[in-house]
Formats: sequence, structure tokens, C-alpha cells
Amino acid sequence: MSVAPVAPPSAWADTRRRATVRLFSRIGTFCLVELQKLRHDRTELVTRAIQPILWLVIFGQTFSRIRAIPTGDVPYLDYLAPGIIAQSALFVAIFYGIQIIWERDAGILTKLLVTPSPRSALVAGKAFAAGVRTISQAIVVLVVAALLGVDLTWNPLKLLAVLVVVVLGAAFFSCLSMTIAGLVLRRDRLMGIGQAITMPLFFASSALYPIAIMPGWLKVLSHANPLTYEVSALRGLLIGTPTNYWLDFGVLLVAAVAGICAAASLLSRLAR
Amino acid sequence: MSAEAASQPEPAVQIAGLSYRFGDHLAVDDLDLTVAPGECFGLLGPNGAGKTTTLRVLNTLYPPQSGSVRVFGLDVRSEAMVVRRMLGYVPQQLSIEGALTGRENVSWFARLFDVPRRERAGRVAEVLEIVDLTDAADRLASTYSGGMVRRLELAQALVNRPALLVLDEPTVGLDPGARDSVWARVQEMQERYGMTVLLTTHYMEEADILCDRVALMHLGRLRAVGSPDDLKTELGPDASLEDVFRHHTGESLAAGEKGGLRDVRGTRRTAQRMG
Repeated sequence: MSVAPVAPPSAWADTRRRATVRLFSRIGTFCLVELQKLRHDRTELVTRAIQPILWLVIFGQTFSRIRAIPTGDVPYLDYLAPGIIAQSALFVAIFYGIQIIWERDAGILTKLLVTPSPRSALVAGKAFAAGVRTISQAIVVLVVAALLGVDLTWNPLKLLAVLVVVVLGAAFFSCLSMTIAGLVLRRDRLMGIGQAITMPLFFASSALYPIAIMPGWLKVLSHANPLTYEVSALRGLLIGTPTNYWLDFGVLLVAAVAGICAAASLLSRLAR
Repeated sequence: MSAEAASQPEPAVQIAGLSYRFGDHLAVDDLDLTVAPGECFGLLGPNGAGKTTTLRVLNTLYPPQSGSVRVFGLDVRSEAMVVRRMLGYVPQQLSIEGALTGRENVSWFARLFDVPRRERAGRVAEVLEIVDLTDAADRLASTYSGGMVRRLELAQALVNRPALLVLDEPTVGLDPGARDSVWARVQEMQERYGMTVLLTTHYMEEADILCDRVALMHLGRLRAVGSPDDLKTELGPDASLEDVFRHHTGESLAAGEKGGLRDVRGTRRTAQRMG
């Protein structure tokens, strides 16, 4: 008999500090698991890199030549590169909810839900794990952009801030995906909705062109789109376009927290 | 069991007046049940009897709609986080992450149960040893057979040293060899750690051999509780648990298997997914 059958409840009494420690511990755990999965199977990294490369190489270089998009003194390829980082991160995150439906079908989610982890900690863990996946993506795009001659910053602090922006963006969009997963409960429907909303999110942002040239209604939409703020922060950090970092980081942080709350509140539906 | 029970005033599980409803369907109907510490207790019945729902209320997944459910004296609703720390749970499906190795799968749950960093690697190795997966521990779990997956799940469920191990149909869909091996582990672990085991099954002969006591459930209601021997003796000298079940429910186990096919398909799908 090496097990004490009853743990004293007081030993696990939830203080605020303990809850915070646990939140960060869960985030760390899910990020680690994501890295382990990436280490075992790198094919996704390669296949996912193809699309952003095409955007930069074909779309970027063509539109640089025809000068159709007014970007001031900034070469169009330089202007586009941060947008493509945000876009590739969006594409990874928006389908992240599929994983949670898969885990639900496999019974893994049930087991996760009965570990001593608040639902918000599980969702936050998954959201930042999506961030880990998008970081690898962002690095690929950065390298490709540098090879194409884009004049990027090499300031390590700014590059670190770039990763923070990418992770926050991924956290929001993966939570959006998990929220939809909690509503539709099926992989194929999530795929459909994911496909349907990625392009509008992408086009109603400043990823490809400045907000100034958009029609009025699209301007309104783009201001409500967290992707716009993500792109804006990335552009500021990478190519020095002026931006309001407080606003950009603030919007991304609030969006990520709101996303975590929304997805966590729907997690019980997935447990049925 | 007896010595443990004497020193433990609280029952391992105490369910009183539990009902659980999905829409119009009453899955569990006014259930009363007590499991003593150290006991191996079997919840028997066909699919649709309410076994899984009962376990899911017990493991804090579904908040009880009426009645009270306590684990070692703690209410599953108000003390859910503490209850979870005392439980090891293996769901019906084969629920492991095929993209991770066996060791990584167990280590993941060790972290989720806050096993201290110093002890983690040792604890993970220990439970992998118990379920006889040490040699396969660093292979991807997607290469495991069904029986190995089940044993890996047992390792995951044991890594937090649970006082109560909850197993939902642990051998459904396994071939007889793998089934025996899973049961042997469960018995070994129970002897080694003296934990309480609560399991569901519809294999009567297994319950007969393994369980100290069994409860027969049918359509959400409890029909009989007792040790397999007592239940059989009540009925006659040559009665089997299958006969006992028929006697108390008026049906054989095979009849009324609602959703039986669905379960089988689900298990097959899982097996395919795992490779």
C-alpha cells in the first residue's frame, strides 16, 4: 500500500497564485507537446511553407513590377512580407480547431477535461501551442523574404517582438477556430467554415494593400479585424512602418483573452 | 480490502439518488451505490444501461443534475479539482495521441497532473514498466497494437498515483490475449497500490473473476448489487452471472444492446486511426 487513498483537500486549495502557476504550467505543457509532435512529423512544416512562398514569389514580385498598389517609398515586396507572415499564421491557426474535434472523437478530450486543469487553462494551452506551430511558419517566411531581398530588421529584440505578435494572433484565431468547433462539433463543417472565413479575414485586412485605398465599408471591417493590427505591428517591427504599438498589442491581447474565454465556455459542449 | 476499509471511514464512492437526463432520455434513474476503499467494483449491463453516464458524473465530466456523488467524501461538483487529482480514468475509446511516443503520452499526463519535475521521469518509467511497455516506450504510439494502446492508457491513468481507478469498458474491442493481459495489469496494480477500481464491462465472465462486488444496471436503474458468488448462490447451484442478469432484468445481456453496433464501429475506427 504505497498510495494514500485520500489527499487532504487543503493541500490543493486554490489560491490565486497557484491558479496562475497552473495556467502557465498548462500552457508550457501544451507547447511542449506541440513541439514533440512537430519533431516527429515535419512534413506539415514543408507543405505549409509552399503557399506563403508562392504569395511572395509570384504575387509579390508581379505586383512589385506593375506598381498597382501605392505603398509610398516602401517596395511592394517589403510591404507584403509582414502581411504574408500574418496570413500564413492565420491559415495555420484557423484550422487548429480540427485538432480539438479529433481529440474529442478519440476520447482524448474527455481525459484532458478530467485532469485538474481549469477549462480556460486547457484552451489557453492549446491556443499557445497553435502559436508554437505558427512561429515555425513565420520563421520560414522570414527566411524566404530575406532571400528575396526584402530589407528586414535584424534587431533581435524586434524579431522577438515579431514572434510575440505572431503568437498572440495565432492564439486569437485558433480560439476562433475552437469556438466554431464547439458550435458545429464536426470536422467537415469546421473545414467549410474555416475555408469560408479565411479569405474575407485576409482581404479585409491590410495584409495585401493599405487601408487607405479600401472602399468605405471595407475600411470599417478592416478596423474590426484583429489581423489588421497584427499586420500593422509586424510591419512596424520588421520594416519600420510607423504604427501605434499600444493599440496593436492591446487589440491582439484583448482578442486573445476574449477568444480563450469564448472557446473555454464552449468546451463542455465538446465533452458530450 | 477489509483492513483498509476498517481504517477508512469514508467510502471510496458514494452515490445517492443520482439521476441524469439527456433531453427526454433518462440515462441514470435514481441510482444509489457505495464502493468501499480497496474494492474492485464492476458496473455491469448492456449498452444503454447508464454505466458510462454514471462514470462521467463520477469523474466530474458531467455535473450531477440531481442527487449527490462523493469520492472519498468529497463532492464531485464543489470539489471537482481535488476529486480529479484522486482519479485515474480510462475512457471507452482508444484515446492516445498517435503522433507522440508512448513515453511522451504518459509524460504529458504527468505534467497535467502536476507531478513534480524531480519525480516525473522516474514516475513515467515506473508506470511504463508496470504495463510492460518499457521496450516500446520510445516508439510512436501510432505503431502500437490495440492491446498496447490500452496498456499505455493504463499507464497514463496511473501516473498521478490515483486512489480510484475508473475504467470504462477497458477490454471492449480487444482480442482475448490482449484482454487477459489488460486484466492481469489491472489486478497487479490493484495489489501493488491497493487502489480502488471501478470498472464497467459487459463481459460477465470477466467481472465474475475480477470483481469483489458487482452492480447490475439496466435502462438506467440498479437491479442488483453483491459479490458475484452471493448473487449466483441466491439463484441456484449452477447459475452464472449471465443467469443472474437475466433473472433481475428479464432480458439477456445480448438483447437490448442499443447502439451496440455503433460502439463496435467506433472502436474499429479508432483501431484504424491508430494504424
